[in-house]
Amino acid sequence: MAALAAGKRLKSAVCATEIMVIAAPDGEVELECGGVPMMDGEGNTGGNVDANYADGTALGKRYVNEDGGLELLCVKPGDGSLSTGGEALKVKDAKKLPKTD
Amino acid sequence: MNIMMLLEMAVSGCPERVAFVDPEMDASISYQELFDSAGNIASILGATDVARFAMLDVSNIGIPIGLFASSWAGIPYVPLNYRLTDPEIESLLDRITPAYLVTEPERVAGFHDRKGVQVSSRSDFVALARETEGTPDAWSMDPEDTAVLLFTSGTTGAPKAAVLRQKHLVSYILGSVEFMGADEEEAALVCVPPYHIAGIAAVLSSVYSGRRVVQLANFSAEKWVQLARDEKITTAFVVPTMLSRIVEELAGATNADMPHLQSLSYGGGKMPLSVIQRAMELFPGTDFTNAYGLTETSSTITVLGPDEHRLASASDEEDVQRRLVSVGVPLPGIELEIRDEEGAVQPAGSRGEIHVRGEQVSGEYEGRGSVVDSDGWFPTRDAGFVDGEGFLFIDGRADDVIVRGGENMSPGEIEDALLEHPAVSDAAVVGIPSEEWGEAVVAAIVISDAVTTEELQAWVKDQMRSSRVPERLEFWDELPYNETGKLLRRVVKERLAQLID
Repeated sequence: MAALAAGKRLKSAVCATEIMVIAAPDGEVELECGGVPMMDGEGNTGGNVDANYADGTALGKRYVNEDGGLELLCVKPGDGSLSTGGEALKVKDAKKLPKTD
Repeated sequence: MNIMMLLEMAVSGCPERVAFVDPEMDASISYQELFDSAGNIASILGATDVARFAMLDVSNIGIPIGLFASSWAGIPYVPLNYRLTDPEIESLLDRITPAYLVTEPERVAGFHDRKGVQVSSRSDFVALARETEGTPDAWSMDPEDTAVLLFTSGTTGAPKAAVLRQKHLVSYILGSVEFMGADEEEAALVCVPPYHIAGIAAVLSSVYSGRRVVQLANFSAEKWVQLARDEKITTAFVVPTMLSRIVEELAGATNADMPHLQSLSYGGGKMPLSVIQRAMELFPGTDFTNAYGLTETSSTITVLGPDEHRLASASDEEDVQRRLVSVGVPLPGIELEIRDEEGAVQPAGSRGEIHVRGEQVSGEYEGRGSVVDSDGWFPTRDAGFVDGEGFLFIDGRADDVIVRGGENMSPGEIEDALLEHPAVSDAAVVGIPSEEWGEAVVAAIVISDAVTTEELQAWVKDQMRSSRVPERLEFWDELPYNETGKLLRRVVKERLAQLID
């Protein structure tokens, strides 16, 4: 568990997934990928993805928790899926905007 | 956060895709090559003691390399306006040295002996980027790092350097662009100058959406039309004067014959109603989007989308019709308020200064600090109002207001009244110091048909209070604009004041 600041980059301990924090609630936030706490720095330690958290992450997708206070961006995809304290994060629907530049 | 992360993601998504093409120089670069080139330059920058990376050049392949390499190396990227005079450029350089400077070949010799400047020509720089083998350190993910310093085209005093941090630019892109949203065949035609915020935004948006960018270094309507057809352009951004010239270039045609052009967005100044109407006729299958934004807000903050363009253009209701000259509604990450001079939030329909708040809003200038208030609101200095449905209309600058005999009036509404006269093709209304009134209402106009001062005064008087009727009209060949289509109101005011003196 650690406080998450916007811009922080974390790696999965069990797959190739990497995320960047877009928004996070104050205080300590539990964050797992593949059912295992995510890591600051090293990344994949060779463990296994928990079968309950094995839907995978997709490059460029944004993931949010139920109340929307936690939002992550997948910057490298992997086999594990993201969760906070066991609660699975969902893909945030991107609002389709017209091209402006 | 770091804009390099956006490029890294694009490389994961489509490494082989062409990222930038410069047809005039016959050069192109793929996403993987752009990433590698940025790394090579970052490693060279890391071995120097330069504090800034300056770019004094037109659009070319070196522009995106310089932008991303600067962020990789952790130093601000500073694009300079190549239209400035030599003394003006010198004084800006004084403010950013020690700097690495990339510029046009013709200019290089002039900077060889300059203290604090390490100069490289465009071609040497691109060759260096593509041919060296660098091993740069990892880029910083600190969201507070400065990504870009942009000298604003302020019309008074020395230019201010707007500070755009990594968090501002990354927030803007994440909030407005869908990752890899572009199909393989999509291509954007970028003709805005690279020292303009729209030029920076175009690079970042295109990279994140995986779209190929075709660069047009020196805009002309003829070249634009030619390139758009040759390169099967699918999306483009223009400033109003550019669209106006494109429409003129296509005069006589009933259709622009560019079925591939899916979207055409515009911004950077006021779009004349006649130009957008004509453009919509010429490009019937094209989605038009009006984007309003400022340097200090990392570009676009409000958008009038394609559906709103079509609705407004097809409507019989005046309120809906006039939305064609609105700048639309705020982006999802932007809050907007109209405030009067005392700071009170104004209801719909009431004119005041536009204030905005959001992650992409900087509002900070180097050496001057931030003008954002403690609640995060940035005063844009632009004036405007929102209608009952939340559509924003820009109405000049907050300090353009004319105070005549104690009565406040906006030049915009008088200009609109003049422009509705069939003989008037352009109009600027300003307040000129007057002993009798404090300020007198005076207009500079451009006409396309014969018309007299008296006729125009009567025309305005039919539509609005008599206090708003210009007491003097000057007939000019053209009004002064800057190169992005902003009316230089201060110049109009000075010239008129001199004439009347």
